[in-house]
Amino acid sequence: MKKGNGINTEKIVAAILLLFSITASFILLLIMLFIFDSGLPMFSKIGILDFLLGDKWIPAKNLFGAFPFIVTALIVTLGSVIIAVPLGVSCAIFLSEIAPRWARNIVRPAIELLSGIPSIIYGVFALVVIVNLVKISFNLATGETILAASIILAIMILPIIISISQDAIESVPRIYREGSYSMGATDWETISRVVVPAASPGIIAGIILAMGRAIGETMAVVLVIGNVEKLPMSFLSSGETLTSAILLEMGEAVVKSLHYNALFCLGIVPFIIVLIFSFLSSRLIAKTKTRFA
Amino acid sequence: MNRKTTDKLAKTWLWFSAILIILTLLAVLGYIFTMGIGSFSISFLTEMPRDNWRSGGIMPAILGSLIVVGIALLFATPIGVGTAVYLTEFTKEGKITRLIRMSADSLNAVPSIVFGLFGLALFVFYLREYTGGPSLLSAGLTLGFMVLPTIIRTSEVSMRAVPFAERMESYGLGASKLETIWNIVIPGAIPGIATGIILSIGRAVGETAPIIFMVALNPTIPESIFGSGNTLTTQLYYLAMEGISLKVAFGTALTLVLIILILNTIARILKRKFSANLRRS
Repeated sequence: MKKGNGINTEKIVAAILLLFSITASFILLLIMLFIFDSGLPMFSKIGILDFLLGDKWIPAKNLFGAFPFIVTALIVTLGSVIIAVPLGVSCAIFLSEIAPRWARNIVRPAIELLSGIPSIIYGVFALVVIVNLVKISFNLATGETILAASIILAIMILPIIISISQDAIESVPRIYREGSYSMGATDWETISRVVVPAASPGIIAGIILAMGRAIGETMAVVLVIGNVEKLPMSFLSSGETLTSAILLEMGEAVVKSLHYNALFCLGIVPFIIVLIFSFLSSRLIAKTKTRFA
Repeated sequence: MNRKTTDKLAKTWLWFSAILIILTLLAVLGYIFTMGIGSFSISFLTEMPRDNWRSGGIMPAILGSLIVVGIALLFATPIGVGTAVYLTEFTKEGKITRLIRMSADSLNAVPSIVFGLFGLALFVFYLREYTGGPSLLSAGLTLGFMVLPTIIRTSEVSMRAVPFAERMESYGLGASKLETIWNIVIPGAIPGIATGIILSIGRAVGETAPIIFMVALNPTIPESIFGSGNTLTTQLYYLAMEGISLKVAFGTALTLVLIILILNTIARILKRKFSANLRRS
């Protein structure tokens, strides 16, 4: 490189890198632009309340009520959280408070691996194993139920709950624990009355993030939930979620048709929910950090 | 109940929770191994499928996955590393860096099916003249967008870890800013960048929903990136969903799991090396 034009080259490189950064930071906007552009035209024909609260989804008759999909998605998510939270938070407490080093060295990588397994693998596993377990345990005609979807989602969101809760628990200063011990508290009293309450905003952040993951998951759910377009009556009935409806129907939707628009709108719902969740949880995590700073 | 007994019981539950999670992982992996090992062999990886997937191999899907992941990384690595260089070397911590980081973080939370819809609208329809519509290129670019945050994050962290003193020495020897970045910062950050790339390969090779609208169950060797093809994940979905062949489905699943295990191991080794570098500095 010649000395004379060094500064110029530097400026050019800086400009190119700035361009890269702008590209990177505008992807989220780009996604919104294209999803909304493909979905929102539907609302010129269908009212937003008819979409959100309508209970009939019959594309051939131009009926696009997403209520059953929304309710099913929420119930599946709720079920997965009910299963995963006690287990995940306990495991996080175990890792940060009582695990000896060797146990941590086994559990940590296992959780990392658990989060690295592709969702389609979980789906196939659930399709053959969990669906049958549910079928046999509850003596059902089919095991393809909301419960099966909740169980596999619970396994998938465990790593998020564990790693974020563990960070929160570890950020609780030592002095909290020492204060508790000095008053004669046992380990468990210290954990349950001092450490976990102090870490609760961070733990809740992890749960919220995990809920976002669960509501947006597609592959593992579509394989095990039965895909019946009706309002679910219990955890043991079949259903269809927002994401599985998109996956199953996109192939038959004519481009730019009302059906095509409607499927994009089904995607907008979890997209917005997830963005809100992700914002909330990052606020909560920031709060925990400033709390102990 | 006695306080000591409660304490014991609670600790037993905490141990149990961790053991249960390990057992779950072993159950998933063990099941895929037992079911998949019967059809798994070298020829399974290198042969064409025969007899409507009932026998033969999965070579087209392996090729398809390689191509799609390759495109994703060719797209995401320069942009991701470039963004990281910009964030660490050309700007001060402030509004812009926070905006870029925040947007990268929220991108991580976006559901994969939404990436699929986005890729469908942008690459398959809007840019179809350049991407060939539903093609391997469209699929690769969609995955490229998806893994970008990971590459930015890991590169940025590892570049910040390059000691300030090393940069100063470089300037002291008369090097320009670009020479310093090229000779000091990027080489110092290589283990971190490599970790990010490995993690991204793992993510990209395992994703199904983002690319399902762009690939087909098409057991032919892909001819160009503008044409169609299938991947390991999409093939697995169709085989399992339509119940075409559980035998080949589990063989495919095992192939995927092995790839993930290998990548995971490499990432762990790199991370260890990376943190050793950090300690040294």
